[in-house]
Amino acid sequence: MVALASWGRLGSWQHEVTQLHREKGLAQVLADSAPGIAYGMGRSYGDVCLNPGGAAWKTRGLNCFIHFDPASGVLECESGVLLQEIQALTVPQGWMLPVTPGTQFVTLGGAVANDVHGKNHHAMGSFGDHLQQLTLVRSDGQVIHCGPDLEPSWFAATVGGMGLTGVISRVTLALRPVLGPCLDVESVPYANLDEFFELADDSERDWEYTVSWIDCLARKSRRGIFYRANHSSESSCVARRRQGMRVPLTPPISLVNRFSLRPFNALYYHLKKSRAGLSREHYQPFFYPLDSITDWNRMYGPNGFYQYQCVLPPEQRKDGIEAILSEIACSNTGSFLAVLKTFGQREALGMLSFPCPGVTLALDFPNRGATTLALMSRLDRIVAAAGGRLYAAKDACMSRDLFTSGYPGIAGFAAFRDPGISSALSRRLLGS
Amino acid sequence: MELKNIVIIGATSSIAQHCARHWLAKPCCVLLVGRSEERLARVADDLRVRSPQSEISFATLDFLDPLAVESLVRNAVTPSSIDLALIAHGDLPDQEQVQRDLAGCRDALALNAISPALFAEALVCKMEQTGGGQLVVIGSVAGDRGRKSNYIYGSAKALLDRYVQGLQHRFSGSAITVTLVKPGPTSTPMTAHLGDAGPGLAPVESVAQCIVQGVGKGKLVIYAPGKWALIMMVIRHLPRFIFNKLDI
Repeated sequence: MVALASWGRLGSWQHEVTQLHREKGLAQVLADSAPGIAYGMGRSYGDVCLNPGGAAWKTRGLNCFIHFDPASGVLECESGVLLQEIQALTVPQGWMLPVTPGTQFVTLGGAVANDVHGKNHHAMGSFGDHLQQLTLVRSDGQVIHCGPDLEPSWFAATVGGMGLTGVISRVTLALRPVLGPCLDVESVPYANLDEFFELADDSERDWEYTVSWIDCLARKSRRGIFYRANHSSESSCVARRRQGMRVPLTPPISLVNRFSLRPFNALYYHLKKSRAGLSREHYQPFFYPLDSITDWNRMYGPNGFYQYQCVLPPEQRKDGIEAILSEIACSNTGSFLAVLKTFGQREALGMLSFPCPGVTLALDFPNRGATTLALMSRLDRIVAAAGGRLYAAKDACMSRDLFTSGYPGIAGFAAFRDPGISSALSRRLLGS
Repeated sequence: MELKNIVIIGATSSIAQHCARHWLAKPCCVLLVGRSEERLARVADDLRVRSPQSEISFATLDFLDPLAVESLVRNAVTPSSIDLALIAHGDLPDQEQVQRDLAGCRDALALNAISPALFAEALVCKMEQTGGGQLVVIGSVAGDRGRKSNYIYGSAKALLDRYVQGLQHRFSGSAITVTLVKPGPTSTPMTAHLGDAGPGLAPVESVAQCIVQGVGKGKLVIYAPGKWALIMMVIRHLPRFIFNKLDI
């Protein structure tokens, strides 16, 4: 048994770990050790990748590229390949992942299973929108090839299916052409939510990437910094130094706390406000700001942290976000990494995909036990009342009711589950 | 520009595969040698995607057949010269099982000791004819001192230690360098069954990086990761009356 944790570090649990090293014979490994769950880089925050006391199938060994066509940008590879490896290989050849989450240290399989999104949702949708084919290995030995036009219902169940339909062993995806690694970025400070929504709506047409940092502790204002970016036609910009910083050990208490957070947020706001305007940036610091700090999740101390990400439908967006932010500001807890962003008017193709039209807010809370859980359940009520949903890849404690009401696709999902696959999250939210 | 010629024996081994990814960051001409065509094809495809300008081919053979080894190195290997050769194959047997099963014991000794020595002998012979090259052999920290939990594997690796020592002596002052790599326990398919030892295993990426750096500097012995040099020095020097009481 080996102790495994997820990125939130809320605890570590013993797992019977099996390393998956090649596709051949994979079904037998699953059959021998089921029930289990695929575990990639452990970058999801809650319990979607955990199966305490049971089997975890580590997919990182499935890390071979299979084929890349530099003329069409179509890439086929095994599911344990990292997004970072794909970017490093293809950007110099003029191709890039069309959708990328906030870290490149996730496996391809994890990106599919959580149908991750990026800052360009309004332009490019989510990760699943760019897949051509998946290979799914089931614990009963069945191997299913699926894609948008091939077994489309298996495809819809697997994209965003949290690894519960089988182990994804192989992925074919279409990359997007880019002229180089640079982005033209503009940062614009905003003072309240009206300004944010105006900026977001106005930017959707002319800017591919939009995202904002919001100061979730400012009591009166809803200030923040809005970032928007497009791929640049210029090809010279400085990549990040290879060796970034590292959090060398877990501090005895969370460094993110009520004493540090308010001044930190104020400082960040004023610093960024004073430097607002246009600039040219390498894609790495823009897409993956935290990847330069290795083990940044240790900053939250030995108790770890919860990540909370919700999406609220367009008609509720302003009142809902206002209610959530007021609740957080009153609680004196909250996060430095509060991200507010609008999603485009498009539904994701996965039955259980998170992205949908509306506005999404992501925050992290240092784990302070019952206080934090109580705050999140107050937030849950606001999200439920607004008809929103929470992101399962980040979640560790939502109720089954909120999951069921947020994801209408759940009704059809059961038929596609692999009975030999179970995770802490699936038992919590799906009952098995 | 002429491409660097690299030969990798046991190319489907996880450590070899990761070393190859580093070396192929610059275009090379590579021959991958292994036992299973299907597994070699997987590795070759991966390297072709990662290094489209490289020339990559592969060959299979019986790793214990001296004639096959000789003819592979003589004929299949690039006609010009070998700049770098890595011998990476090996198999970690279940110690208790091979204690009881002498045929398994023989096979483990043959595959981990005799076979690499055959390849090495053929390769240095070729290097001698073509004016030099660098030979890298993967041994193990297990070869540094025999212990009850893996001495059959360890003694095979110890043979490679003395064998490489001999080659180093033979080629000192020549254009041939011979390097012995001693990886500590590494997370690879070979150690997958160890289970419990999981957290103590070094990631294969960092072991490969350590090897590639050491080989680049022309080191003669590389512990990977480097901390094992210190650990094994202590273990080698522990007095027997203490060592034999340890349950390791």
